[in-house]
Amino acid sequence: MVVTKPEMNFKSDMKNISAYLLALIALISLPLYAAVLPDERVDALEHNYNGGGIEVSGPSVLVRKNIGNSVSVSANYYVDMVSSASIDVLASASKYSEERKQKSIGFDYLHERTTYSISYITSDENDYHAKTYNLGASQTFFGDLTTLGFGFTYGQDVVGRNIKGVPDPDFHLDKDRFKYNLSLSQIVTKNMIANLSLESGSEACVHMQEGQSCLNNPYRGYSYLSNGVRALLPEKYPLTHNSDAAGLQVVYHLPYSAAIRFDGRIFKDSWGVKAHNEEIRYTQDFKKDLLLELKYRVYSQTAADFYSDLFPYKDAQNYMARDKELSPFSSTSFGVGLSYTFHWNIPGIDKSTANLYWDHINIQYDDFRDYANFVQVKAPNGGYKVGEEPLYRLDADVIRFFISFWY
Amino acid sequence: MIKSRFALFGLLGCVLLSSCSAIKPWVKPYERQNIADRVMDMNRDPVSESYLSHVHEAREGASGADGAAGGGCGCN
Repeated sequence: MVVTKPEMNFKSDMKNISAYLLALIALISLPLYAAVLPDERVDALEHNYNGGGIEVSGPSVLVRKNIGNSVSVSANYYVDMVSSASIDVLASASKYSEERKQKSIGFDYLHERTTYSISYITSDENDYHAKTYNLGASQTFFGDLTTLGFGFTYGQDVVGRNIKGVPDPDFHLDKDRFKYNLSLSQIVTKNMIANLSLESGSEACVHMQEGQSCLNNPYRGYSYLSNGVRALLPEKYPLTHNSDAAGLQVVYHLPYSAAIRFDGRIFKDSWGVKAHNEEIRYTQDFKKDLLLELKYRVYSQTAADFYSDLFPYKDAQNYMARDKELSPFSSTSFGVGLSYTFHWNIPGIDKSTANLYWDHINIQYDDFRDYANFVQVKAPNGGYKVGEEPLYRLDADVIRFFISFWY
Repeated sequence: MIKSRFALFGLLGCVLLSSCSAIKPWVKPYERQNIADRVMDMNRDPVSESYLSHVHEAREGASGADGAAGGGCGCN
């Protein structure tokens, strides 16, 4: 089977930008009232992800401060320290360690009931560099019962590659990213708030040569059958990717300072992936000191059109991928979190909290086989046939510990 | 095409909201005690929430449309 995806005319993005700017102009020309700036606060977070042979940990620090009554400035410094021996790495490379640093700065300007936001984010690791620009506006209506928001994101990425841990100076791929979102937040009753979000995104390779693509992991290969065994060759991806998502969040206040929340989202992209997720979350505030959060989430997706765990032969299609994030799978996760409010009297500090959250994620892959781990393992009948190895599953724990100060 | 539809919806929404300025809030300011409760805040800890969002995004094919509208809930 040959899968041919229609390539998006990337210039059409300029038309979309014009359309969104028009919408933005209409938005900001509406009758204006008054709103509030985000809270002034400092958050210091330590995160840890451990699962599937990957451990990622590091700090994240956010500082937000107002300048006068109309401007809020925020800055974030975030680090991922990665140690990876994932299933992808085991299949085609050796264990590696790397570090990613992300820095961002943002400004919010409040004018009556409209908030204008702008931010700039950089992300750097030794084989990937990204710059992201965000522009947004939101406005409240109907006595602050309704908030309508608009956002636009433009990103420029440079994809690199390491050879034996050293950056390859000849490997340099450019990628552009666009995102557009609309959001509507509504106080429905005195006990219920609902948010509706729509987001459309596109990413495209620029200045590509024949046979190149910037949208896949350059280290990963597709798997095909060759003389009765699996063989690997570099993946082949389309040069563009478009996606649309719609999300709904509803939170309802229960007696005794508790709330129950529902999150749902549907997603569809130009590669054939369709996904949906749902989450239910219960939050209980005990005497304003201790806050408990419990949640349960399910996620499910279909495969991309050009995904296969094992292609029948070399160059079986024009696009070929063996990325487990493009395979069909479902996952469940549950989480528990505690937040404690201190009753300190620190000059200049209004409130401070310590927070600990733990999430456990289980992913069951429907068409991604664990051949890298089972290639040497003998099945009861003398060995696994190629393409019949056990399906892969992933269990991961995510821990977040952070302290927050409001001033 | 879909992006153009979003822009059209935005424009229509703005026009409708402009013409409906006479609508009075059906939840009065003095009725918003529960709405202002911190358990109702959908983005109570932005750094923590965005990190978990990033974790899911890294493991899943889907992304986007999972955040709150921002701009406050009119609780203050």
